[in-house]
Amino acid sequence: MALITANHISKTYRVGEVEVQALRGVSFEIEPASFVSFVGPSGSGKTTLLNLIGCLDKPTEGALTVAGADVAALERKASAAFRGKTIGFIFQDFNLLPVLTVYENIEYPLLMVQKVPPAERQRRVTALLEAVGMSDQRDKKPDQISGGQKQRVAVARALVTNPKLVLADEPTANLDHGTAYMVLNLMKKMRDEFKTTFIFSTHDQKIVGEAETIFTLEDGRLNGTKSRGGNGNG
Amino acid sequence: MGNLFKIAIRNLLRYKRRTLLTASLITVGVVFVLAFVSVAGTFKNMMIGQITDSMIGHLQVHRRGFVASIETLPLNLNLKGGAIGKLEKILNEQTEIEAYSPRVKFGGMFSNFTETSSIRLTAIDPEKEFKTVPLLPERVSDGSKELKPGGILIPELLARGMKVKPGDAVVIVATNADGSVNGKQFTVTGVMESATGPGGRDGYVHLNDARELLRMEGQQVSEYVIRLKSFGNLAAFSEKLDGLLAKELNQQDKPLFELHTWEKLSPFFNIARMIDLMTFFIKLMLIAIVLISIMNVMIMAVYERIREIGTIAAIGTLPGKILSMFVIEGFCMGVAGALIGDLVGIGLVWILNLSKISYNFGQQKGIILQAGVSPADILMISATVIIVSVIASLQPAFKASRMEPIQALRHT
Repeated sequence: MALITANHISKTYRVGEVEVQALRGVSFEIEPASFVSFVGPSGSGKTTLLNLIGCLDKPTEGALTVAGADVAALERKASAAFRGKTIGFIFQDFNLLPVLTVYENIEYPLLMVQKVPPAERQRRVTALLEAVGMSDQRDKKPDQISGGQKQRVAVARALVTNPKLVLADEPTANLDHGTAYMVLNLMKKMRDEFKTTFIFSTHDQKIVGEAETIFTLEDGRLNGTKSRGGNGNG
Repeated sequence: MGNLFKIAIRNLLRYKRRTLLTASLITVGVVFVLAFVSVAGTFKNMMIGQITDSMIGHLQVHRRGFVASIETLPLNLNLKGGAIGKLEKILNEQTEIEAYSPRVKFGGMFSNFTETSSIRLTAIDPEKEFKTVPLLPERVSDGSKELKPGGILIPELLARGMKVKPGDAVVIVATNADGSVNGKQFTVTGVMESATGPGGRDGYVHLNDARELLRMEGQQVSEYVIRLKSFGNLAAFSEKLDGLLAKELNQQDKPLFELHTWEKLSPFFNIARMIDLMTFFIKLMLIAIVLISIMNVMIMAVYERIREIGTIAAIGTLPGKILSMFVIEGFCMGVAGALIGDLVGIGLVWILNLSKISYNFGQQKGIILQAGVSPADILMISATVIIVSVIASLQPAFKASRMEPIQALRHT
C-alpha cells in the first residue's frame, strides 16, 4: 500500500488580486521506504507540493492521502499532532533552535511533541548523535558548528521520532557539494537503517541523481518520473 | 513544564540588554510603589492612630439624632438611665472591645474673672477615658496629665488668649437641659494641644462635675467611645454591633441608638481616602509600566522569532505549547522584576528609616518617619506585577500560537 497518494491535486494561491496556480492536477504515489526527489526550476511547485505532503497546507482541489490520513480533512490541532507523530522535516536553512544545544535540538520533538520518557529519549538521541557523527559536538549551540554539521543535526532531529516520512526542502542548497553529498548519503543511510521514506526537493542537477525516484515538475505539472531501482512509481 | 521554563529563560538571556532594560523598568516601578506605599501607609496609620487614640476612639454610640445636631451639643438628646443600662450590657458582652468610656458633651462660657469666652467641654471618667483614648494625656503640654474632680483641662488657644495657666481658678457657666443657667469654679489642671492642629476650643472636665454643673438628675451620657482590641477588626465589629443595637427600639419603635465609626466622625477620613486613592493611582502607573514594557518586549520577541515559531509548529508543537512558551517568558520577566524590586524596595525603606526623616502632624513636631511595608503589601504588589506580566504576554503569545507554520517559515 502506498504511503502517499496524490490524485489530481491542485493548489491556487491568491496574491493580492492575482490568483497564482502553483500546482495543476498532479497525481502520483510513493511507496514506503522510498528515496524520492522532486526536481524542477524555481516556481515549478516543488515547495508547494512538499508543504501539502507535510500537512502544512491543504490542496485546493484533488485528494491527497499521507500515511492513511486525508490531508484536506485535518484540522489545525490534529494536523500538528499528525506531523509530530508521522513526519520529520529538514529545512534548507537548517532551522535549529539557537537557544538549544545540538543534543537538545535533537531531543526537542521527543520532549515537546511526543513526551517520550527520559531514558528512552536519551537512548534515541544518543543513537542518532552517533549515527550522524555528532556525538562530540553534542553540547555545542548551533552557532558554534558548521553548515554541514547543522544539517546533520537537522537530519537527526527529523528522524528522532521514528517518522514514516521525512521531507527535506532543498536540504543541500546552503551547503557546498562535498557536504551536500555527505548529507544525502547520510539521509540514504538513515533510510536504509530506519526504513523511513525520504522526499527531498532540489533544483541542483548534480545531486538529483542520488534519488531513486525522481519526479520532475514544471509550471505546477508533473512532467515526468524516473525510477532507478527504487520504490517510487509515477 | 520545566523544559518550557528552560527555553523561556534561555530566550530571555539571548537578548540580554533588552531583558535587562525591561526588568529594570519593572524593578524601578516596584521600588517606587513599595516606597510610596510604605511612607504613605505609615503616615496614614500614624494619622488615624493620632485621631482615634487621642480624641475620637474607634467607634462611638449616641442616642439617635445626636450626631445630626452635634454642633449645638443638645443635652436633651443624651442617653438616660434605661438606655445606658441596655447599652452597657451589650458592650460588656463584646469580647472584641478593649475599653469604652461614657462622655457628656456640652457648651459653656469660660471666665477668668476678667474676660469670658465660649468653650466646648467633654466630661469624662478619666480612668475609663484614658483606657479608651490612651494618647489623650499626651496632649497635655503644660500642667498635670491627671484630671480630678474640680479640675479642668483647657485648650491651648484659650489658655493663651485668656492668659490662664495651670493652677489658676476659672469659672464655667453652662445652661442645663431645662434652660436654667448654673456656674462652677474649676482649677486649671493642664493645658492641652489640639489633636488636629492649631485651633480648637475643646476642654475636658470630670463627669461628676458636669453632672453637678448641669444639675443632671440620674445618669446621662452624650456618647460612648469604644476602643477595640484589634483596629483591623473595625468593619466587621461595627457591622456586628450595629446589628445588636438595631434591636433596641425607642417608644416610637425606632432604633434607640446610632453607631458611627471614626471614619464617619472625622474629616481626616477624607485625607486617608485621598492617600488610598493616590496609592491606587501609583499602582495603576506600575501596572501600565509593566503592561506596556512586557507587551512591547514580547511583541518584539514574537516578530524576531517568526521562523523559529514556524519551525516548532511544523515539527508538531501544539499551539497551546507555543502559547505557553511565550507566556512563561513574560511570567519570568515579571517574576525577576518583582523579586529584584522587592529586595531593592525593602532596602530603600530600611535606608529611609536609618535616615530618621522627621515631619510634623497637628501639634506634634518632629515625628520620626518609621516607614514599614507589610508582607501583604509586598505579596500584593508582586502578584500584581506577575499577573499583569502574564496578561501582557497573552496577546503576542496568542498571535505566535495562531501563526500558520507555512507563512512563518517563509518569513525573512
